[in-house]
Amino acid sequence: MNCAECQVLIHALIDGELDAGHASDVEAHVATCPGCAGEFEAFRAMRDALAGAGLREAAPARLRARIEAALPAPPARAAGRLASSLAPRFASWRTFLGGLTLGTALSAAVAATLVVAVIRNDPEQRIADEVVSAHVRSLQAGHLTDVLTSDQHTVKPWFNGKLDVAPPVVDLTAQGFTLIGGRLDYIDSEAAASIVYRRRNHVINLFVARHSGAEHGGPRSETVHGFNVRRWTQEGLDFWAVSDINAEELDEFGQKFMAALQPPSGRS
Amino acid sequence: MAGDETDERDRARRFRDAALPHLDDVFTLARYLMRNAADAEDAVQECYLRALRHFDSYRGPAMKPWLLAILRNVCNAEFARRAAQPAPSAPDADAPPAEATPQWQEPQRSPEAELLRRQDRATIRRLVAALPQPFREAVVLRDINDLSYREIAEVAGVPVGTVMSRLGRARSMLRAAWNVEVGSTT
Repeated sequence: MNCAECQVLIHALIDGELDAGHASDVEAHVATCPGCAGEFEAFRAMRDALAGAGLREAAPARLRARIEAALPAPPARAAGRLASSLAPRFASWRTFLGGLTLGTALSAAVAATLVVAVIRNDPEQRIADEVVSAHVRSLQAGHLTDVLTSDQHTVKPWFNGKLDVAPPVVDLTAQGFTLIGGRLDYIDSEAAASIVYRRRNHVINLFVARHSGAEHGGPRSETVHGFNVRRWTQEGLDFWAVSDINAEELDEFGQKFMAALQPPSGRS
Repeated sequence: MAGDETDERDRARRFRDAALPHLDDVFTLARYLMRNAADAEDAVQECYLRALRHFDSYRGPAMKPWLLAILRNVCNAEFARRAAQPAPSAPDADAPPAEATPQWQEPQRSPEAELLRRQDRATIRRLVAALPQPFREAVVLRDINDLSYREIAEVAGVPVGTVMSRLGRARSMLRAAWNVEVGSTT
């Protein structure tokens, strides 16, 4: 590592953005180079001063009230406040004060529901990240499938004894999604099945695990690190379809799969 | 009909729960981008209204950067609108700092580090606010809004590498101004 590189990476080191290998490279350089050590010290001192100065500002209560007033009314409140959404900045003292008290009451309600929201959503987000990581790994490691076959009657029994669930395997070739095999993977520290499909040149990993959590969500789609993820719950199982095909096609895949699982009509 | 209303309320409730906790962060960025409190408040309100309109298409991953990206668009749109009219000079974003930080100086944990540490809030605020736009934004998003490099890249719509270099430049400028401030020109 030379000083020029170090000058760039010093900031990432201070911010904890470097992976372990690069971090130790930069640290080793700083330890032996007085010039870079001085830079490191100075920037770190500055960062600490910035962090310690309390620069994050609290939004004025007035602003909070304005925004809450502009949102559609929650169940507890009378409707008809929408009109005030575009009210001028300082409408009147009366609305200002009224907004203030409302704001306080509402914040308490928001705080109460927030705890639930945070607890519920955090694992979900983490799992979505994990599912995408597993998808990426499957593409990189040359380990896309443990059992390579387009025959659903081969893939399904292959999972027997490897998992505590029997993942349904559906042949969707006729619908444009070719079954190419199955793989054992891990999601959220649990063994999970991945059923692998191909759409043109794109791989779709369909992860299947025993349903966890209380929520019975309908299909939901999101984008994580540029990959589309569609998740749903069906027949006591959680499904995550991950791919780089576009969201519409992935939705189509999900719908076709769900339809094929529905007994007994519609099976091809 | 009643069902629609319930849906709408449910949607609004989900939006509140997800978006309102970030109000302080959104407001803070707005204060640094708009430079004036009243404009900042207007921008924040517009940001929340837009966010609500687009909440259905929100796909994650994180709410805070999403809101900050919307806020940034609102502010840029406002600047564009003003630029259409004659306006007081906008700082040239990519002009290099007149005086880059001296690269080499006293090696040890310098008195400079000590001085950098001892700056009061108002001064730091003023120095950050005086940075030219993309650099100011980078510092605020990183050191005040506490976003990761990747999130900053999303918000600013630039690659992570650009975030790193902007942050490096921003901190060098800030440090130079900071040293001028304490009169310890190094």
